[in-house]
Amino acid sequence: MAEYQNIFTQVQVQGPPEMGLDDTGGRLMSERSGKPSFSKLIGWIGNAQIGPINLGMLGVISLLTGTLWFVIVGFNMLAQVGWSIPEFLRQLFWLALEPPGPEHGLSMPPLNDGGWYIISSFFLLVAVLAWWARSYQLAASHKMGKHVFWAFGSAIWLFLVLGLFRPVLMGSWSEAVPYGIFPHLDWTTAFSIRYGNLYYNPFHCLSIVFLYGSVLLFAMHGATILAVTRFGGDRELEQIYDRGTASERAALFWRWTMGFNATMEGIHRWAWWFAVLTPITGGIGILLTGTVVDNWFIWAQEHNFAPMYDGSYGYENYGSYEAFIGQED
Amino acid sequence: MFPKWFDKWNRDNPKDIYRPAIAIGVVGGAVFVAAALVAGGQPYATDSMQTGPRGTGMSVPEFKVDLARPDPYIEEFLASTSAPVVPQGGEETAGDARENVPPGLEDLTVENYDRLLAAMREWTGIPDLFDDLDSYQTSVGYLMIGMTQNINEEWAGHVNANKEVGVTCATCHRGQPVPENIWFKISPVNENVEGWSANQNRVTMQSQYTSLPSDALEKYLLDGETIAVHDLESRVAGVPGEDGYPGIQQAERTYSLMNYVSNSLGVNCLFCHNSRAFYSASGQITPQWATATLGIQMVLELNNTYLAPLDGILPEHRLGPVYADAPKAACATCHKGYQQPLQGTNVIGDWPELASTAEPDYGN
Repeated sequence: MAEYQNIFTQVQVQGPPEMGLDDTGGRLMSERSGKPSFSKLIGWIGNAQIGPINLGMLGVISLLTGTLWFVIVGFNMLAQVGWSIPEFLRQLFWLALEPPGPEHGLSMPPLNDGGWYIISSFFLLVAVLAWWARSYQLAASHKMGKHVFWAFGSAIWLFLVLGLFRPVLMGSWSEAVPYGIFPHLDWTTAFSIRYGNLYYNPFHCLSIVFLYGSVLLFAMHGATILAVTRFGGDRELEQIYDRGTASERAALFWRWTMGFNATMEGIHRWAWWFAVLTPITGGIGILLTGTVVDNWFIWAQEHNFAPMYDGSYGYENYGSYEAFIGQED
Repeated sequence: MFPKWFDKWNRDNPKDIYRPAIAIGVVGGAVFVAAALVAGGQPYATDSMQTGPRGTGMSVPEFKVDLARPDPYIEEFLASTSAPVVPQGGEETAGDARENVPPGLEDLTVENYDRLLAAMREWTGIPDLFDDLDSYQTSVGYLMIGMTQNINEEWAGHVNANKEVGVTCATCHRGQPVPENIWFKISPVNENVEGWSANQNRVTMQSQYTSLPSDALEKYLLDGETIAVHDLESRVAGVPGEDGYPGIQQAERTYSLMNYVSNSLGVNCLFCHNSRAFYSASGQITPQWATATLGIQMVLELNNTYLAPLDGILPEHRLGPVYADAPKAACATCHKGYQQPLQGTNVIGDWPELASTAEPDYGN
């Protein structure tokens, strides 16, 4: 037991590769590609078996268009440094494929002023939506619920708000997020500053609540299950329909700790909704910015939740520069 | 190596010494670090200057070691300055007694002109300044004297905002013919692209090594574009790029300028702003915001009136690498990383000749 309880799985059992069920009359099996292999390294942090993968037509489309997007972005960056590989590597985190300038509105701009951005964004959109549809298809072929599909959809909602819905409502592609490491962070800061401090956007607040809440719930749930694994608590499904001492102890622990406990089944709904609501509320907040509210700080003052600080501004009221630098006579 | 009974005893009494050793090492190390911090104090101690009401977190922090070390040029400046010789009337004038006297300074007494010329040669690091009438340095120097007088006279609201400080040649030059922290036009910085794809996302000094736009100094401190990007009502309809409705791009350029200003002065955002509401109309700004705004107007005038036109006078090797434009000034050219240049040392007190275009006031 002590051997097993580690962040790494130390004991690995390997047999013939598991090909998975196929109750569709052989169709699924024929779509699974790649000869399965085993990796001891991967086995430490998950299942040691690699493959087969059920890529399917949607998966092929997604990988193809996603690669096109990636390559267009990369070659645009390379062009911007005059096709110099050393400069490309040196400036990689600074470089970006930028959206069109504001003067182009929603029209198709020249290729070298955002045109490539529009083209690559189209490919990215196809890639993401194909992958989304694939997550539905694979769930259906396993006769599963579509929870992963809808959860991924909530992330795609935020993605579409940032790159499609909001720019269209604003009347300009220039509001979209650049494809670059530092530049997309610059965009985030500038977006908040331009629209009067996003921290005063209540949907931004909600999104943070659900984001941090997800982290907390994940930690609580993971810890709880690991803690009752010795009583069979890691077999969560069995515990859901046939509650045993592991569930009882986990439930009592939390009820005695904070007066309330989730159920063995319900904790997964808690986690799913917290995670899914993070991008949903965040997307609403972004969508309202610049379209309904242009200065969130003033909006917050109008709705009485930004406090006034009426004290004195300026260091002269609290001391002198000369005293600060130790040059006071 | 060890006696047999020792090895035998160890064999008969196996003991894992590594676990306790690691535990003791970790705990002991922590105790040692904690004791060192308590006994020796914080090695990187900071001090901070409050700039706004309690509860807003507004303060400018500095390392105490930095505060304890004054700007090294202050000492050099104090060695180069000297009290004026108060004219008693009837002295010979510089215009009569000396060659190549800069226009406007002809009426100085010879003593004061010689004193000023010696100081200016030291401040600019040009030992033969004004000896050769045909040198470009003479022509530029004449203009720069006028610029210095103009700053002290017309922009006292900035350079004397807190007390008499003023500027002389030394404020920018610091003993060098070409001051440090000058700037040239460099945008576009990216090849094969146009517009907002071309002026940002490169490591440049003008973007303060960020990926923000590299043309902030050019647009705001030479072209005089509007810096503010905020809407002053909770809802303002508009389309980015139309009728001056600022977009994300303008906000990034403003942010680039603000990074430059804060690095030039060695301060943070909170020196001027309450960071929850950056726009000035929020009323949550410090008096330093007003001083800085005057400074921006001053730099605009200096660049457009005095510095940019120098491209016809300066030799090629003094011009910019991309546009062959004249070197221009901005905050860091004078401030050099300090809140006040030379930490607020009064540099103009001894030099009424440079304080005004009018006749120098020697207090007599």
